[in-house]
Amino acid sequence: MKPFEYTRAGAAAGAVALFRPGDMYLGGGTNLVDLMRLGVAEPERLVDVSRLPLDRVEADGDGLRVGAAVRNSDLGAHPLVLARYPMLARAVLSGASGQIRNMATVGGNLLQRTRCPYFQDVSKPCNKRLRGSGCPAIPGDHAHLAVLGHSPACVATHPSDMAVALAALDARVHVTGPAGSREVPMPGLHRLPGDEPDRDTVLEPGELITAVALPPPPPGRATYRKVRERASFAFALVSVAAALDVGADGTVAGVRLALGGVAHAPWRATRAEAALLGAPAGEEAFARAAEAELEQAVPLPRNAYKVPLARNLIVQTLRELTP
Amino acid sequence: MEITLRVNGDERTLPVDPRTSLLDLLRERLGLTGSKKGCDHGQCGACTVLLEGRRVNACLLLAVACDGLAVTTVEGLAGDGALHPLQEAFIAHDAFQCGYCTPGQLCSAAGMLAERGPSAVTEDLAAEPGLTAGEIRERMSGNLCRCGAYQGIVAAIAEVAR
Repeated sequence: MKPFEYTRAGAAAGAVALFRPGDMYLGGGTNLVDLMRLGVAEPERLVDVSRLPLDRVEADGDGLRVGAAVRNSDLGAHPLVLARYPMLARAVLSGASGQIRNMATVGGNLLQRTRCPYFQDVSKPCNKRLRGSGCPAIPGDHAHLAVLGHSPACVATHPSDMAVALAALDARVHVTGPAGSREVPMPGLHRLPGDEPDRDTVLEPGELITAVALPPPPPGRATYRKVRERASFAFALVSVAAALDVGADGTVAGVRLALGGVAHAPWRATRAEAALLGAPAGEEAFARAAEAELEQAVPLPRNAYKVPLARNLIVQTLRELTP
Repeated sequence: MEITLRVNGDERTLPVDPRTSLLDLLRERLGLTGSKKGCDHGQCGACTVLLEGRRVNACLLLAVACDGLAVTTVEGLAGDGALHPLQEAFIAHDAFQCGYCTPGQLCSAAGMLAERGPSAVTEDLAAEPGLTAGEIRERMSGNLCRCGAYQGIVAAIAEVAR
């Protein structure tokens, strides 16, 4: 591991004031420390923000405000999250292991990097590590990678489960930085790769996530479903965050759908949502909506299985949520 | 940098390179070789210890980030010459073969038994789930056993959970 300096911040404003080019913020470190060991991340200094007083989950009217330093395990076990946002609870509980959830923070979960094998292997080119060096995943091993929104430069996926639920719930990410504070909507924090795949998010250098604000939960029933290669402790091949509200006349009165494991960002399925609103809740409308979304998919030779997998998972999840 | 840790009840102050993981500090600086280095990437759980009572992967923690905190390793589970109930149950149920993953399994199980709330396999989020075999397997999925002693591990944890 390349030598680095370490300092701990006592307040969010203090962390931002400390930050200088070449620094990185350290949350739980479950991804960053590993990337440093692999030589993928080489910060000159770590500014530890894991002990900032941003560790509360609080009701905000009928919504919720979650501090950026809240541990994933505390979020997934919080009574307000379990009662109001079952989709978010299930997403968080489906991620990683008990040990990692005890360490990982909300802010760090959002900013974790892709697990693309070439990104994590410094002996290989990777446009995300070094823009312009190439993407060996496109001709190589892309079985776990993106089918939506990718570019000729990068087919990486964002690995977070939590972020998929936040994208479906219209969360807002509170950020503070050298130029002041702002709110970034979900989806919207994570970028599609385009020709700048080294930029995962819209955050500027030195900007720090301080909280995630959730508006009141959408009406109806909600859940998170995840398909992976083993029953636990694995990243999603495809996941679906869904909320469905069926009116008294049997038509869809409200719907939220977001996909994980398929793109460089949590993928809000806006075309599927538009196709579902007002339609009779049932197999036929669910299948048509899934098709409307996945029409845009551009699968690669070894990940084409994700398209029918996503379609079937959308249909099955909506069926499960139908009263 | 100089840091202070409370390790198995004893206060230890020592200078560390910021690159040192908590696992390497425990094993190589403090001679506590119970915690094992398996993958060194947080994927196998052999390095699991309790930090402030919560199970964590010591290989993914920088020692400097643990300054001022309390660590319990497998060496600290047993007290006053008596084995921890999990250690007794692991022996009774043949919950290991080579034993390399066992310290991590023990610390992880001790941390897990103190945790509250549902897991990814809990059907009803509103109910406090009982620790069925399925719940134990899901909650222990961060600890791998290459010998495949899972049957014994699940039985041992279930006995202590009762």
